[in-house]
Amino acid sequence: MAEVASSSVLNVLEGPRAKWKYLDNILGREGPFTDPEWEPGQPVFEGLERAKVLVIGAGGLGCEILKNLALSGFKDIHVIDMDTIDISNLNRQFLFRHADVGKYKAEVAAKFVEKRVKGVKITPYCGRIQDKDDEYYMQFAMIVCGLDSIEARRWINATLVGLVDEENPDSMKPLIDGGTEGFKGQARVIFPTMTSCIECQLDMHAPRAAVPLCTLATIPRQPQHCIEWAHIIAWEEERKDITLDTDDPEHITWLYQKALKRAEEFSIPGVTYSMTQGVVKNIIPAIASTNAIVAASCCNEAFKIATNANPFLGFPETENYMMYTGDESIYTYTFEHQKKPDCPVCNPNALARPLHVDGNSTLQDFLDGLAERPESQLKKPAIRTEAKSLYYQFPPSLEEQTRPNLSKKLNELVESGEEVAITDPAFPLQFKYKLIFK
Amino acid sequence: MLKIWSMKQQQDEAAQAGTKKKKVTAAQLRVQKDLHELSLGSTMRTTFPNPDDILNFTLTIEPDEGMYKGGSFVFDFKINQNFPHDPPKVKCTQKIYHPNIDLEGNVCLNILREDWKPVLNLNAVIVGLQFLFLEPNASDPLNKEAAEDLKQNREGFKRNVRASLGGGTVRGQSFDRVLK
Repeated sequence: MAEVASSSVLNVLEGPRAKWKYLDNILGREGPFTDPEWEPGQPVFEGLERAKVLVIGAGGLGCEILKNLALSGFKDIHVIDMDTIDISNLNRQFLFRHADVGKYKAEVAAKFVEKRVKGVKITPYCGRIQDKDDEYYMQFAMIVCGLDSIEARRWINATLVGLVDEENPDSMKPLIDGGTEGFKGQARVIFPTMTSCIECQLDMHAPRAAVPLCTLATIPRQPQHCIEWAHIIAWEEERKDITLDTDDPEHITWLYQKALKRAEEFSIPGVTYSMTQGVVKNIIPAIASTNAIVAASCCNEAFKIATNANPFLGFPETENYMMYTGDESIYTYTFEHQKKPDCPVCNPNALARPLHVDGNSTLQDFLDGLAERPESQLKKPAIRTEAKSLYYQFPPSLEEQTRPNLSKKLNELVESGEEVAITDPAFPLQFKYKLIFK
Repeated sequence: MLKIWSMKQQQDEAAQAGTKKKKVTAAQLRVQKDLHELSLGSTMRTTFPNPDDILNFTLTIEPDEGMYKGGSFVFDFKINQNFPHDPPKVKCTQKIYHPNIDLEGNVCLNILREDWKPVLNLNAVIVGLQFLFLEPNASDPLNKEAAEDLKQNREGFKRNVRASLGGGTVRGQSFDRVLK
């Protein structure tokens, strides 16, 4: 952990914990910021080694995170990534080599770090986070995300919020989320249900910069406009029946040539194949050092949360969001992003509460019953499961289509244990219940 | 201080069944809320080809005033799981003569692209679409010919609209019949 003075290196090379000497200096004694109740020493070392951490993403941030966690003394790390290694990853995803192109990122990254840092166990899963169930996520002490997708962040966030069981303090899994875009990035810590969640912070993500469609269609000014035109308008006109695959070189070549031709018509220079790829796939150049900064800050928070050695980001009612801006000189700001009282994911009513119902009663009976419940008192409810629209009061066409469900029995519509979400125009909030048949 | 994990790794058996059951997604929830807030009035209606899928539907607009009165315009709404970070994808399913809608059905409406924000809702979109039929806008052209016509000769443009609504031909281009 601490900077190694070159003369002291020799002293470290003795005993089993020798390589953790500097770590032990932090964990083995009190510091100016340690909590008065915190006890340094053996239990803390053991706690850190036992802490099972899940890393989501083994890309630019993920490589850094895995390396940092392993070198910080974590011993039981799991990693999920669905992607395979592309040649363009190699400049910054330093756990991968040329021979690894085409292999799964999670697997290669896990092997590399295991080999390099003795004693650490890294368990890869090559697939989607959505493949795993609550039980899987329940086993971890915390989750560190190095993702580039908002959708995946929202999914894991909602899953971790849903995991929280008031009776079981272990069910609250701290979520540490890193993100970068060029020279900018952020690190944030979320204690699901207790502090502002990803959904509360959805508007912190910069929207994708878009150019008005009419500019693309009539007066393109930049090479990017010509590419977007080929992407959005020309493809639809000429190759409507083929689904655009942005990883298919033939498709990109087609778009590139279309864009090039259009650019010539408007005397716009600068359209290239790689620019076409960049615009179509919305590639924002990743900067290795930004990844390193953000990942390092995420991992330091993970270390402090795991050991309680120092106060960490995200403790309820304190700062939970560190933004880093490096594109105009350097600026960082750490603040408390507050919980949104009407957050559709983490407001108290949005947590799926178990509700025991009679599976033989009808949906109408159920809704009537809800209208009487003090917390709901619904007037014009809409209710659905993930798969089914159960009943919608509005719009009229949907009401008509879902009306027949009202007379059906609950056990014909949902399975026991399934989650239903209920909204009502009279309330800004929504309610979720897990229906359990008596 | 938060005890993030205890010495006991043992978890109580999940009391409730259904840990593998899928949960309503944040996008679905948001759309469900947005649907409550649609003010369709007498000129608009929605159709859900699959009522269980509220992320894909069509909106029919039948303007009761303006140059497009008498027409029945159908828009396809496709919403992805990134909603409301991403705007809904909206296309006109018919070939119509309109300065802000091209022959493929692409719509030039700022809040569908460059000015979309997660605080906007589906109602803002349908109000925007409705407005396009009341006040077609020649300064944001997607159909350049139609925009030229509107700019140069408003009366001629109106006649062209009438012809196109009936399935006629304008400047050599034939249009779908969209009269209700």
